[in-house]
Amino acid sequence: MHLDPLLLSRLQWAWVIAWHILLPAFTIGLAAYIAVLEGLHFFTGNNMWLHISSFWTRIFAVSFGMGVVSGIVMPFQFGTNWSRFSDATANIISPMMAYEGFMAFALEATFLGVLLFARKLVPPWAHFLAAIMVSIGTLFSSFWILATNSWMQTPRGFQEVNGRFFPRNWMDIVFSPSFPYRLLHNDTAFFVTTGFVVLGVGAWLIRRNRSVPEARVMVRMALNLLIVLVPLQMYLGDLHGRNTLEYQPTKLAAIEGLWNTEGPMPEALFAIPDKANQRNDFEVDVPHLGSLILTHSWNGTVKGLKAWPVDQQPPVWPVFFAFRIMVGIAILMLVMAVTGWILRLRGRLYNTDWFLCLCQWFAPAGFIAVLMGWTTTEVGRQPWTVYGLMRTADSVTPSLTGGDVLASLLFYVVVYLLMYPAGVAYMASLVRSGVGPGQAEAEEIESGRPKGPFTTTVGRPD
Amino acid sequence: MSGYILSLLPVWIGLLGLTVFYYVLFDGFDLGVGILYGFARNEQWRRQIMNSVAPVWDGNETWLVLGGIGLMAVFPVAYAIIIPAVYFPILAMLLGLVFRGVAFEFRFKHSALRWFWERGFCAGSAIATFAQGVVLGTFIQGFDVNGRVFAGSSLDWVTPFSILTGLALMLGYGLLGAGWLIIKTDGELQVWARRAGRICLIGTTAAIVAVSIWTPLLDPWVAQRWFVWPNIAWLAPLPVLTAALIIAEWRVLRPGFEFLPFFGSIGLFLLSYLGIAISLWPMIVPFHYTIWQAASSESTQAFLLVGTLFLLPIILGYTAWSYWVFRGKIRGDIGTH
Repeated sequence: MHLDPLLLSRLQWAWVIAWHILLPAFTIGLAAYIAVLEGLHFFTGNNMWLHISSFWTRIFAVSFGMGVVSGIVMPFQFGTNWSRFSDATANIISPMMAYEGFMAFALEATFLGVLLFARKLVPPWAHFLAAIMVSIGTLFSSFWILATNSWMQTPRGFQEVNGRFFPRNWMDIVFSPSFPYRLLHNDTAFFVTTGFVVLGVGAWLIRRNRSVPEARVMVRMALNLLIVLVPLQMYLGDLHGRNTLEYQPTKLAAIEGLWNTEGPMPEALFAIPDKANQRNDFEVDVPHLGSLILTHSWNGTVKGLKAWPVDQQPPVWPVFFAFRIMVGIAILMLVMAVTGWILRLRGRLYNTDWFLCLCQWFAPAGFIAVLMGWTTTEVGRQPWTVYGLMRTADSVTPSLTGGDVLASLLFYVVVYLLMYPAGVAYMASLVRSGVGPGQAEAEEIESGRPKGPFTTTVGRPD
Repeated sequence: MSGYILSLLPVWIGLLGLTVFYYVLFDGFDLGVGILYGFARNEQWRRQIMNSVAPVWDGNETWLVLGGIGLMAVFPVAYAIIIPAVYFPILAMLLGLVFRGVAFEFRFKHSALRWFWERGFCAGSAIATFAQGVVLGTFIQGFDVNGRVFAGSSLDWVTPFSILTGLALMLGYGLLGAGWLIIKTDGELQVWARRAGRICLIGTTAAIVAVSIWTPLLDPWVAQRWFVWPNIAWLAPLPVLTAALIIAEWRVLRPGFEFLPFFGSIGLFLLSYLGIAISLWPMIVPFHYTIWQAASSESTQAFLLVGTLFLLPIILGYTAWSYWVFRGKIRGDIGTH
């Protein structure tokens, strides 16, 4: 069997980034939630907010630690497996990546130390401020990472000299055409993801009859957020899709499974895209719906994949299905949020067991949607690393053999399969120990991480 | 781009050089502590040793990211050649760091798997350190380059010299770690740390001697740098100072000196670092690209420098503050203070 270093490098990249993205998908939303809770505590003086905040801060610390170690892996991937891409684009993307590192360090790590360890060392307003700064730090991190990614999707503001890219205008580079939409769509996705985790955890606590007053507050706050953000996210997704139609038409055609240029264009609800034969099998479609969604007109024309040579088309079925799974989850999310509100308005939210049970099982849905959205946009960019300009095949490190990459990929697989289940089990045990005043005090006496020996041996008799 | 009268490159060389040195010192001591952890006699010692670095390790590790991306930003071609050449050492380093990083979190909770994470903390620290030493050795030996890409194989790094530098760094980080433990602990554990420090110092001295003799033999370029008149006169103080510092370090490892062992080991690292810099200057990809040839565009350097000059003081200020907050001895029964 021939081992292709290019294919294996892509698999390795997908593996390490898919696991890593789950952590920011959670911590960005959670940091903001903690800041809100700290604010409520600061302004009302009600200790219930403090207890909820401490509960989530403990979980935040674990996911942040895992985010640090899985994040350190990422910048080195550019060098180990994508050295030609690095050489060609470093003049443009590396300052943005460096700013991400600075933000993660200067704001997140800095103020996280205060947030975790120093509740009694600093005045309450400073603690509240630290929570806000951690949240702003996570948002700035996503700003720079998505600016980098957006430049790869819709490159602007550069000049190309001998196959390498040099900066001309930094405003154009940072604010490339897809960036505002990607940033809003991505960060909203992260907030929604966290919202469903908070909803699910709250529902679980209610069903187990643990920390019920605090759990009810969690469920209520999550529903408040979701009823606004889920519809907003659908609207932002629509804007992002129309931006893609304009700037990355091959990706959009792959999303739609559209081979021929059509107007009016139907919307394929299901199909098995067949790239070899440039057609779909078993297609189920709704006439005019594609035109209506993409061009906002009854008969609008959309370009099909056949308008480009086969070697410029992305893989179709992964994009096609990833997009549909993402949209499917979004629709279920809307159903969940609306159902929750209907029950709440009827006063039956906290004792409708089937709904609480559903919330519990729906908690990871956002993560799946994030991964599917990420797959849509990254696989849809193929066969390019810099859209239309630099091919993925020309980006890979030339010295690597298939055996090299297979070996490293297997190591990453084994280590991540050890680390992630352990991390999830740990966070689950923090959830099981519930919300309460006991935990908040336990973390203060420890010099190290707040979940050190004292949260287990002194703080928690579980 | 022609508007810049003065090049920013010297500023960046200074910043990047300091970043790498800062990383080596700071993650160096907590990796060294991780290595020594494997030799601790009992559970209480292990907990004290781990707590001595628990509040600071993640901040220290972030400098690795800054160093890596800094190399990419300032010397793109060096990043694109060096990192593939050390593909497996980088892999080993990253996975080692993952293991030791999560061990801080998981050790306490999973009592059934506790032995696993405890060994993971020590093994991860040792592997990451060895791998960094191998990267250094490979760097000193130079790379097989064709145009702007690495032309060798992913196993070129396996040489006796790079294995030696790998072991040397384990001993050196062990010395830094012992110095840190002397500051942070007292009683029997401190006595033990002093003894560990002396063992590491003997090993480090042997390694410094071996690397100093071997490096000029590797390449006539390096030999000429050191042994041609008048360089030999200018550079003679460096080995003399190193020898003096080794003797002084041996003495301060006796009881009675709390901080000097740590600062002495920093001095040894500084002199070794200078020695390597003198050997290879101005090469950034030995022996193919100089720092002037490998530099990124002025616009790239300028764009990044603006934010760096603003953010770096904040980061350093916070770091100093956090070390201040967590100052003092670690006790067996509770955390710091």
